[in-house]
Amino acid sequence: MLKQIEGSAAVAEAVALCRPEVICAYPISPQTHIVEALGRMVTTGQLTPCEFINVESEFAAMSVAIGASAAGARAYTATASQGLLFMAEAVYNAAGLGLPIVMTVANRAIGAPINIWNDHTDALSQRDCGWIQLFAEDNQEALDLHIQAFRLAEELSLPVMVCMDGYILTHAFERVDLPTQEQVDAYLPPYDPRQVLDPANPISIGAMVGPEAFMEVRYLAHVKQQQALELMPSWTDEFKRIFGRESGGLTHSYRIEDADTVVVALGSVLGTIKDTVDEMRERGVRIGVLGITCFRPWPTAAVRAALAAAKRVVVLEKSLAVGLGGIVSSNVAASYTGSPDLVHTVIAGLGGRAITRRSLHKVFGEAVEGRLEPVTFLDLDHAMVERVLARERELRRSGPIAENILRDLGVVAAKVG
Amino acid sequence: MFQIRIHGRGGQGVVTAAELLSVAAFREGRHAQAFPSFGSERTGAPVVAFCRIDDRPIRLREPIMAPDALIIQDPTLLHQVDVFGGLVPDGYVLINTTRSFDELGLSEFLARFRRERLYTVAATELALKHIGRAVPNAALLAGFAAVSGRISLESVNAAIRDRFPTKIADANVAAATEAYDSVMKEMQEAVHAQAD
Repeated sequence: MLKQIEGSAAVAEAVALCRPEVICAYPISPQTHIVEALGRMVTTGQLTPCEFINVESEFAAMSVAIGASAAGARAYTATASQGLLFMAEAVYNAAGLGLPIVMTVANRAIGAPINIWNDHTDALSQRDCGWIQLFAEDNQEALDLHIQAFRLAEELSLPVMVCMDGYILTHAFERVDLPTQEQVDAYLPPYDPRQVLDPANPISIGAMVGPEAFMEVRYLAHVKQQQALELMPSWTDEFKRIFGRESGGLTHSYRIEDADTVVVALGSVLGTIKDTVDEMRERGVRIGVLGITCFRPWPTAAVRAALAAAKRVVVLEKSLAVGLGGIVSSNVAASYTGSPDLVHTVIAGLGGRAITRRSLHKVFGEAVEGRLEPVTFLDLDHAMVERVLARERELRRSGPIAENILRDLGVVAAKVG
Repeated sequence: MFQIRIHGRGGQGVVTAAELLSVAAFREGRHAQAFPSFGSERTGAPVVAFCRIDDRPIRLREPIMAPDALIIQDPTLLHQVDVFGGLVPDGYVLINTTRSFDELGLSEFLARFRRERLYTVAATELALKHIGRAVPNAALLAGFAAVSGRISLESVNAAIRDRFPTKIADANVAAATEAYDSVMKEMQEAVHAQAD
């Protein structure tokens, strides 16, 4: 059924249709609306049987999810930003134990300085933890990926993180097609766990493993992620058959057939990039887009194939490997058969800085003309940065950087746009 | 694509207004996207929300920098925030006020825009009359429907009924209907004045 609703509400509806049995949550913006909506559904009996557990921290949220999943329940939670970092140890445990938990990460920056706006720093900080990581381009895909996530998680006995841009998607009202319970039931079979903690048949899960077997356990985690790469494309076909639309999968390509320049990105910024690319195409520029839906496991073969004919690649990412450059671009460069010099990194939108068509036209234009630097920070205020550096040269006790910049700007509160 | 930017203060329902507008457009079979200027929405602080309406799916995620229409919930923002920033030359403006553009000191500035697309509506007064609280959304959205002709009053009222319990919805629909009629009347008078 078509509905005009908030992204968070759409995701909550999708999660409820997946019949989770345990939902644990600790509030943190911008994911809060999702678990609030699910909490209401449990209270009103719309979602039953399901236990909604308020916990005292994100660490507890993931720990409860681990316990519930190990006891054979379909478990769900959601978090963002510092919340994801606070649960990091348990996030690794969920993957190491092979528990098929599904978690939404409403992507948000990480402090300090404190910032509640969107970027991908939170999810990408956990890229090597062993979870499958899927990124939604719009709210329809966010909704669909949650349904696919439970299926994928339970088939492989691996946890899945569904990443959606905080505020930009979670708080946006747009049209979504909500599936029926019958459609979701046809796609997602009841949870049949590979391992269960059962008093009637006691086992131990998560015992110490020494050097004699640890490598093999880790290797098997890697093998399982590779299996996901094989399974996902065929499951996308099945999804289309039941739900009537294409959604998810490893990557989405757009106008890349004859493209000399291909822009690679994750998440909701793909929409703005596609509009920009359409405008450049009208001027005859041969440019296309590759959206990465599945970031972990990294779809090496799909990326390599999509970029095979590209003469240059621009990776636009809302994350920064401080001291290196791009995180996504490092992955892309490793999958590109051309020279790594032809893979450009554009760091954009950190801490919610708006990514506009105007700025994209400029940076893509520079790429097409061969003038783009290896690493570019989109819309960086160079004068502001120079003032800070000058102050630090002149003064030993130059003070806190963030507060100095705000004073230079003459603002006391945050400003967007 | 038609882009609307709504300016108000935290607590006045700016974000809700954008959401209701998107629902009204959706009910007419259009694609619509509503989103807030995320973040520090403290009560009383300047807040912006956005709504895009189109006949095809909307992919664009940038803030609306060149709006086709402005809805200003609080006229005290006029001299605090650059509310008119980027407004297209043939754009629409609706301001919640009981004062005239002259009294607001805007006549000279607004002369560069199309006079027949610029209106005021006493949305707060209509809200106090019908709802008993200073919640100007319904009246403003109905006023916008009248000024722009981009959305029907029926769709605005249906979006209100979707969102609120019957009693509150009835009061809001009453405010909306009176606001719509008052702006339509003002528009007809403007047309007659021009004809004279």
